[in-house]
Amino acid sequence: MGNNRLKKHGLIRKGVQAAWGIISNGYLKGFLTASIYKGPLKNFCVPGMNCYSCPGALGACPIGAMQSIFDARRRKFAFYVVGYLAAIGLLVGRFICGWLCLFGLIEELLYKIPVPKLTVPKKLDKIMRYFKYAILLVMVFALPFFYRSKVGSGDPFFCKYICPVGTLEGGIPLVLLRSSMRSAVGALFRWKFAILILCVLASMFIYRPFCKYICPLGAFYALFQKVSLLKLSCDKDACVNCGACAKTCKMNVDPVQKPNSAECIRCGECTKVCPKNALSFQRKTLNHNLSSK
Amino acid sequence: MTKEKSVPVWITYILLIAAIVSCLFGAYRGEIKTVYIKATNICMECIGIG
Repeated sequence: MGNNRLKKHGLIRKGVQAAWGIISNGYLKGFLTASIYKGPLKNFCVPGMNCYSCPGALGACPIGAMQSIFDARRRKFAFYVVGYLAAIGLLVGRFICGWLCLFGLIEELLYKIPVPKLTVPKKLDKIMRYFKYAILLVMVFALPFFYRSKVGSGDPFFCKYICPVGTLEGGIPLVLLRSSMRSAVGALFRWKFAILILCVLASMFIYRPFCKYICPLGAFYALFQKVSLLKLSCDKDACVNCGACAKTCKMNVDPVQKPNSAECIRCGECTKVCPKNALSFQRKTLNHNLSSK
Repeated sequence: MTKEKSVPVWITYILLIAAIVSCLFGAYRGEIKTVYIKATNICMECIGIG
């Protein structure tokens, strides 16, 4: 029965992820005319990773937007985007990662390909989880904010040198659709394409490697996981320590030990596999007590 | 079982207010326009061209 609940939950979640991916990239005219949407929705950021140069993208990418507002010439901070993302993080933590990220869905679908799965050694996995925070701090915040080239311009460092989402959603479609883009492909595109291929291959063997080790947006939301209004609660009286939740969690979180771990993407699979319904999502209130009894 | 530290909910609400104020301040400063300009022009860096 637990397996059926888990399967049903998985289908619902995939459905939500797919629907959101289609809605947020629903500008079909962009694919037909090799252009991008220029309407009013682009004033606003989508909550997940989604390149705004995707021909279908209807909203702005929050990480790209953040870097574009950081202006090294005037030391301008991105209050709008940072405030927006912080508000989302404070409301739901990394829920966006688990339910409203198209690239996360793509990684999950790749993981379903029947090849042997790799277990990253715990120590190495623990160290690598910090990479995404370093990428957030250095490539999204520090470099765009402080670095100026000789001509006085800055760069969106993460978008330019790493982001595989931009390559997949924007680079490949536009290069395929526009001959002028094809002729401009050079070393940078080849580098970013290689990173994308690495992410694709890694996703077949490791669950969501980009989310675990690289994504700066996931790192940002993770900062708010412990203070968000949405909480994962474990009823310690009902829990029988069977370990089913930890076994099910593909982000390698133990929901009983750390129900609001920064690595949890709040997919909810642990709540469906628990035989005693000890795990549940709740809204944090004044009387909410997360400690064990 | 380990005990997870509980962060008082009023801290969350204060941070949430600060986040909303930050968002509104950014909008007041014209940052939404910057986002719009960036998002409505093909980002050559993002797609790996330049």
